[in-house]
Amino acid sequence: MIAFGEILHVSLRSLRANKMRSALTTLGIVIGVAAVVAMFAIGTGASRNVEAQLASMGTNLLVVRSGSTTSGGARTGWGGSPTLTFADADAIVKECPAVGKAAPTAAGSVQIVYGNSNWSTRAEGTTPPMLDIRNWTIGSGRSFNTSEVRSAAKVCLLGQTVVDNLFGGEDPIGKVVRVKKIPMVVVGVLGKKGTNAMGQDQDDTLIIPITTAQKRVFGSRFQGKVSSILVQAADSNSISAAIEQIDALLTERHRIRSEEDKDFSVMNLAELMAAAAESTKTLSFLLAAVASISLLVGGIGIMNIMLVSVTERTREIGIRMAVGARTPDILLQFLSEAVILSVLGGVTGIALGALVSLLISHFAGWPTVISPLSIALAFGFSALVGIFFGYYPASKASALDPIEALRYE
Amino acid sequence: MALIELAGIRKTYSLGEISVEALRGISLSIEKGEFVAIMGPSGSGKSTLMNILGCLDTPTEGTYTLDGSDVSRLGKDELATIRNRHIGFVFQGFNLLPRTSALENVELPMLYKGLPKAERRRRAAEALERVGLAGREHHQPHQLSGGQQQRVAIARALVNESPLILADEPTGNLDTKTSVEVMEFLTELNRVAGITIVLVTHEPDIARFSRRLIMVRDGLVVSDRHPDEGGMHA
Repeated sequence: MIAFGEILHVSLRSLRANKMRSALTTLGIVIGVAAVVAMFAIGTGASRNVEAQLASMGTNLLVVRSGSTTSGGARTGWGGSPTLTFADADAIVKECPAVGKAAPTAAGSVQIVYGNSNWSTRAEGTTPPMLDIRNWTIGSGRSFNTSEVRSAAKVCLLGQTVVDNLFGGEDPIGKVVRVKKIPMVVVGVLGKKGTNAMGQDQDDTLIIPITTAQKRVFGSRFQGKVSSILVQAADSNSISAAIEQIDALLTERHRIRSEEDKDFSVMNLAELMAAAAESTKTLSFLLAAVASISLLVGGIGIMNIMLVSVTERTREIGIRMAVGARTPDILLQFLSEAVILSVLGGVTGIALGALVSLLISHFAGWPTVISPLSIALAFGFSALVGIFFGYYPASKASALDPIEALRYE
Repeated sequence: MALIELAGIRKTYSLGEISVEALRGISLSIEKGEFVAIMGPSGSGKSTLMNILGCLDTPTEGTYTLDGSDVSRLGKDELATIRNRHIGFVFQGFNLLPRTSALENVELPMLYKGLPKAERRRRAAEALERVGLAGREHHQPHQLSGGQQQRVAIARALVNESPLILADEPTGNLDTKTSVEVMEFLTELNRVAGITIVLVTHEPDIARFSRRLIMVRDGLVVSDRHPDEGGMHA
């Protein structure tokens, strides 16, 4: 058998002899690989994005919500009438070992006025641990403290979007804004978070002490009660333990008999987030799977052209056999032609796919991530396609009978 | 010892239910350095005989001893190696690789022998010079005349130093003048280099260049005239 380098040389020669055909055959693989690389980049970008957004919402998150109550036969929805209290939130932290932090929250829409500009946003009354639970950072200024919560101080933290809309270039720290006509001192600005997984601008928010929210902003309806308690489990393994402990604790505290409906519900946000991340991942695999069909079609194109080529070059094969080429010599020559075509297509396709994903990020604004793994996969896959679809034509060529092949016109 | 030793060679092709006996028991021996012409009408089995002599095919029955070793029961790849080392082919249609230079065409048998590139280049250039084509190394077949193409083919047959050249209607595609040139060249190779030449032709004028004439008919040798008996040369 002749050296592999020589076979490569022979294969390259015959591919060069048919430049146009070789280029067109390669095009199928180029498009296939480019599609796989680009789709992978978009999919990975999307799931990284979702992961980042989910992380910005906070990790190991549970939400305890006030339950529905029945009044006169009509049942209200969840949180329709607050049944949870501050004391419940404190008890959850103290008595549930699987819970890391907990913060009661009460939210509603408010209008904020500063000077002659105004802005409507979502106000959230809470306690300081909520900032940690939701991964909020303080961009400038400070957070409010526990004593300010106790005294229902008129202080607030502004999200970046609110700052942009009310203050322009001015430094908001220490300024007084009117929230529903109640003057409040801006003590801090929240660090920027961007949009969440549902496309909401998370920075369009106002955070105030929960007591302030209840006594001064939202009125008396919520006196001493909260609509929900945000809970962070101690770690990702204790989420289900935390749910059970909270459930048991609140059932006892609210004196709910076993036959009664519970007046609260514990929701596992961590699970919802995992589901969202999972569905993005599934989507990106689906995209890549669809793209790899075009790679398959490209492979079939190679097989088709190689079969035509074998038929056309029957006489050449006969001549090579007559002067001493053996089965593996011919097999490897045609196989390496197919592999060269597919690998060339693979390399070009990777470059094209990378370019396409960059263009997509640039023009459509979608985040794309080109991972080395996807490049390695695309390259390996294209080589495999060459071997797989090149083998049949090559074995057909090498199985020719030299006498028949020499006689072929 | 004879270069070629055929004993009771039979070749049967089965075409579905009927089987055709192309060779029906051929025994002959060809010594080193002979120049033999094989003649016969079409359908006589001379092509089949040539394919077996050229190790492109194996006999159904009988033994073929080439250069001292039995090649009649070898497999496809072993036959390829035998062709590579022992036999040079010259065909009617030249059978050069298209879009490939004369030099690379001549290199081909050495490629499959596994010789290094530098040696292939050198020996191919020498062989082309020997057939009078020095300076045409980089011409492609379509840039050469029929006679020149056939000389490239002869250079290819020579280059592996095979002791045997099988020429199948080597002048079939050439005009009379070029035919004579090619035949004179083969005669000289036979006389000077001692290469054994077996020629298949249906033209008596071409057969006349040989020193032994074997007539085949219906799969059998019907006459075998040696130079001393026949007086082939006019």
